[in-house]
Amino acid sequence: MSLLEIRNLSVEFASASGSFRAVDGVDVTVDAGDVLAIVGESGSGKSVSMLAMMGLLPWTATVTADEMTFDGKELRTISAKQRRDIIGKDMAMIFQEPMSSLNPCFTVGFQIKEALRLHLGLNRADRHARAIELFEQVGIPDPEKRLSAFPHQLSGGMNQRVMIAMAISCRPKLLIADEPTTALDVTIQAQIIDLLRELQQDTGMGLIYITHDMGVVAETAERVSVMYAGQKIEEQEVKSLFAPPHHPYTSALLSALPERAVSKHLPTIPGVVPGQFDRPAGCLFSPRCSFADDRCKAEKPPQSSKELGLARCHYPIILTSEELA
Amino acid sequence: MFKYIVIRLLTFLPTFFGVTLISFAFIRVLPGDPIIVMAGERGMSEERYNALMAQFGFDKPMLQQYWEYLWGVLHGDLGNSFVTKRPVWDEFFTLFPATLELSICAMIFAIALGLPAGVIAAVNRGKFFDRTLMTTALIGYSMPIFWWALLLIIVFSGNLGWTPVSGRISLLYYFDDVTGFMLIDSFLSGQKGSFSSAVQHLILPTIVLGTIPLAVIARQTRSAMLEVLSEDYIRTARAKGLSPGRVNGVHALRNALIPVITVIGLSVGTLLAGAILTETIFSWPGIGKWMVDSIFRRDYPVVQGGLLLIAVMIMIVNLTVDVLYGFINPKIRKS
Repeated sequence: MSLLEIRNLSVEFASASGSFRAVDGVDVTVDAGDVLAIVGESGSGKSVSMLAMMGLLPWTATVTADEMTFDGKELRTISAKQRRDIIGKDMAMIFQEPMSSLNPCFTVGFQIKEALRLHLGLNRADRHARAIELFEQVGIPDPEKRLSAFPHQLSGGMNQRVMIAMAISCRPKLLIADEPTTALDVTIQAQIIDLLRELQQDTGMGLIYITHDMGVVAETAERVSVMYAGQKIEEQEVKSLFAPPHHPYTSALLSALPERAVSKHLPTIPGVVPGQFDRPAGCLFSPRCSFADDRCKAEKPPQSSKELGLARCHYPIILTSEELA
Repeated sequence: MFKYIVIRLLTFLPTFFGVTLISFAFIRVLPGDPIIVMAGERGMSEERYNALMAQFGFDKPMLQQYWEYLWGVLHGDLGNSFVTKRPVWDEFFTLFPATLELSICAMIFAIALGLPAGVIAAVNRGKFFDRTLMTTALIGYSMPIFWWALLLIIVFSGNLGWTPVSGRISLLYYFDDVTGFMLIDSFLSGQKGSFSSAVQHLILPTIVLGTIPLAVIARQTRSAMLEVLSEDYIRTARAKGLSPGRVNGVHALRNALIPVITVIGLSVGTLLAGAILTETIFSWPGIGKWMVDSIFRRDYPVVQGGLLLIAVMIMIVNLTVDVLYGFINPKIRKS
């Protein structure tokens, strides 16, 4: 049985101008020890789908799913109290902006020990010892001193390490990292990614890594799920995603990587992700797709076979062996 | 922190001299003078008037009068009241405990109700409680305070007979002034029933005086909480699995308190200046009533000295609020 199993997850936001579907029929499966990357542009529903599972969305959001089980528990039917017992303990999350994700009014020590008391019921001395151990584990120098620091006294990278320490404090079975390096310097990014990978290997926890950086995906993940405008449009093993992708969007994303550029000008994907009012009738990517024809504009594409990466496309890209070579 | 307080105390100096100048000028700009008020309806002869003017020193040039007043102030002498002949200093400290006692009770009343109400309203944004509370707060804030006081007196003192109409304690009790605070003195006196009498006398003035601060605190807490609740660190706190009570009451409230403290500080300042209307309606012998009476009597030393002491009091409250910020917001503590 998988650690996390989500079938047909949809999230709708009620707004003054009608409801907006931010996540549309997404499936997510993560096994114990699995590393899944979720890739997509801003606004493609990556973070929202994970927040929906954690129950952290504001009240304007309506979450529906056919199935949403974590570690054998059905997340749709459990009480708020039962959910709070799971999140922060077995399922933890780190966020994009480390500076604003920590409470400015409390020391980082207070914030990390709070979780230890809540979920593990450790006494004062044990909490302190465990907090120091965690800080060492995530590579924070001089942990004893840092515990009494306030977030504004630490750098962004240090704060993200604090967030990671907090997330892994109760030895979670699943860690969700929501663009954990976006707000950080490039050198610090690499350190944080290495740290997450090491922690994942040491503890064997499942890891969902949300990012829009394909380079990071190639380094960290085993499986990749590509999201576009709230839908999962392709899911593959990392190796086969890079050669070759089946959905035109994934292909366009990959060719937009600077490392892969062949011409002088970096190829880009024209246009933007459709919003609330300009959702196309057929394939959501059709307005920006260089291969789209009338059928793509009129009919919603079905999910293709597993061999074709579950690509939601009428004409999934299939390269012949000659083209590959 | 110590350095910060010293710097703040130094900035008091210009304000202090400014207040002496303004209070000195303010009372002299008003038509009439103390001698005319003393003479009353009968009036007095030109000679007698001039003699009295000379006796009080009002015939000297303004600058010299101000300098003599300032010289006195710098030596701790605020002068004597023209009416009671007692030193202004003594009068102020006889009356101030009454104002302070009422202000403290009103603030406790306002904070104890306003903070939780604001938090609950913010958490239940847009729902029935929120709407009801915000409407009530708006009414409380806009209501004429004397009308509200009379209404409460009619209902609770007149119709129901639950509370006394005015004063600080029933005439049945007499005991010495130890602290000037009726609650403490009546308790210390050990006379049966005196403490509860003091409490009963406090109830209505406390509600009346606390109504506006209560409305302001509730509204301010609500808007500060709403802002804080959408912050990333609140999501982090919820992602830890903390209960809503702890997320709202500890993680959010601590941050929301910063603007609320400002409002509380401003309210305390206003209350200490004496609640003129409340003290008048409930015959509460505090400094608000004292100041108004002195203005009508053109009692120059009392108005000057009273205003100066009130200003100093407000400056001290503001300093306290600034120091409190540091305890609540660690970012300010550093700088």
